[in-house]
Amino acid sequence: MILVILENQRGNIHVFSKEAVVAGQSLASKLGMELSILCMGENANSLKEQASDYKAKNLILAEHEMVSTYSADGYSKVLSDVIKDLSPKYVIMGHSYMVRDFLPRVSAKLDIPFVSDIISVTYDGDKPVFARQVFNAKLATNIQTDPNSSTTLLSFQSAAFSSDDIELGGSDAAPVFEVNLNSDDIKSSSEPEFQESSAGVDLTAANVIVSVGRGIESQDNIPMVESLAEAMGAEIASSRPVVDMGWLPSYRQVGSSGQVVSPNLYFSVGISGAIQHVVGMKGSKNIIAINKDEEAPIFEIADYAVIGDLMEIVPKLTEELKK
Amino acid sequence: MLDRVVGFKNNTIIMKIAVLTKAIPSYESSIRIDSTSKWIDESVVNFTVNESDSYALEEALQIKEKLDNGTEVVVVTMGSQDNTSKVLKDGLAKGADRAIFIQNEDSNTDPLSIAKLFSDNLKDENFDLVFSGLQSDDLGSGQTGVLLGELLGMSTATLGIETDIQEGKIKVKRELESGWFQWVTLPFPASVSIQSGINERRYPSLKGIMGAKRKETKVINGQLSDIPKQNFMNLFMPKTEKSTEKIEGDVDGIVAKLMDILKNKLRIVS
Repeated sequence: MILVILENQRGNIHVFSKEAVVAGQSLASKLGMELSILCMGENANSLKEQASDYKAKNLILAEHEMVSTYSADGYSKVLSDVIKDLSPKYVIMGHSYMVRDFLPRVSAKLDIPFVSDIISVTYDGDKPVFARQVFNAKLATNIQTDPNSSTTLLSFQSAAFSSDDIELGGSDAAPVFEVNLNSDDIKSSSEPEFQESSAGVDLTAANVIVSVGRGIESQDNIPMVESLAEAMGAEIASSRPVVDMGWLPSYRQVGSSGQVVSPNLYFSVGISGAIQHVVGMKGSKNIIAINKDEEAPIFEIADYAVIGDLMEIVPKLTEELKK
Repeated sequence: MLDRVVGFKNNTIIMKIAVLTKAIPSYESSIRIDSTSKWIDESVVNFTVNESDSYALEEALQIKEKLDNGTEVVVVTMGSQDNTSKVLKDGLAKGADRAIFIQNEDSNTDPLSIAKLFSDNLKDENFDLVFSGLQSDDLGSGQTGVLLGELLGMSTATLGIETDIQEGKIKVKRELESGWFQWVTLPFPASVSIQSGINERRYPSLKGIMGAKRKETKVINGQLSDIPKQNFMNLFMPKTEKSTEKIEGDVDGIVAKLMDILKNKLRIVS
């Protein structure tokens, strides 16, 4: 059996979970296995309703008041119990921040492998081989898991599968998993999620974005890029390290922990292209990237790969644009 | 060695904090697949401290300084002697009290085996708090801190962007996707992974660098106790998803080409 777990995102099925369902359906059909979908914890009943059209053998509900809000302690305990009971060959989730927070706990509790942040699946005969990015996306690797492992945990990077491809048709059965939890199981407590007022700009509305990365080297060079943005009528944005250094405010950040943008042109300056950044901008219609490292991963998704020194190119280009 | 004392004693909390730090190839290093195709050619790589780990160390040092009561910060690393020596030196010079080096020359790529090796060799230390970076910039599994927490029976949290030590517990502000946050409270012992940008990292002082030489580094020969449950089969260059046009050469040529693209192809400027 293949088991896909749905995650709640403020009332709705997380888009990564929809992609996980597609991954699960694909794997199940390739391996000739049955697919079950588990709605657990936070908002489980509503998730189950929203997933009622998804084609699956079982649509399982696992709820308990002690996991009605997320906790790593509670979720890892409940999922471990489900796995012990159902012995699925693969357990699949989207690689969300929640999954990073609790799925390794299940791996350690049950002594089973967790292959995280998978970008694609290929097949060696009837054996699935999972690929993930390593060395800051400069390389990828195929992962082999222990075939003797009763269960293998998998999480997929966003957009590894498309949520548009969900196969519909409903489920054959809707069993309820009886959750057993007691107060010793949950040591941590969590407060409601909140959004910090982003007193800044909505980068998602920008037609052109000039985005600056670590390659800018110093805060003193930021105005140089600001001038370029101004000359192009663009919003300025950045990758995470620039915000971490305090060179630009956090609301300028593009990536998994910042804004997700898809402008007409994304002009990237000195950004290497780590996964966390790329997920925030790979939907851009046109991407121009300047980097002095010919092997920078940003070039893999760029339409135009400018290999050169940004310190020379940016001022000259700005000057030309102003003419 | 300090006795393990948690809780308020004379109104102060004396703790023992481990910081997991990893040596990874620096950003400037060229990454080449080696002849086995299972690992990279380390001879052409400069190793440096994993970025989020250095924020984790700074957070631990700031807690130690704030408590000012003999709280101990221990920098812990695993790997080969050659790659990791800089990491330990840096940690001790910045202010860690001592270091633990788990020597393991294998290029182990299984997060669970790595976590077990940490757990087997750290359990007798009875740390109150384990900090780690949210993920390494080489393997990038982002699992070690959470796995180790579970193996040591600790509470866990990830992506910490602010911490607050209270009596018998730590409050952690977690950074979620797209500008969302959440506060969680964990009783000790706890393992928390730290997000980059949580604080402003210090440079080692000259005094710190001199003093580091006198600090204790415990070297442990780390042997894997079981077969890894996942392995790298083969590394490969990522496939280009798009047809990318390369632009290189002299600066004037590059700028002229860019102007042509912006004006005539993309019509961004007139």
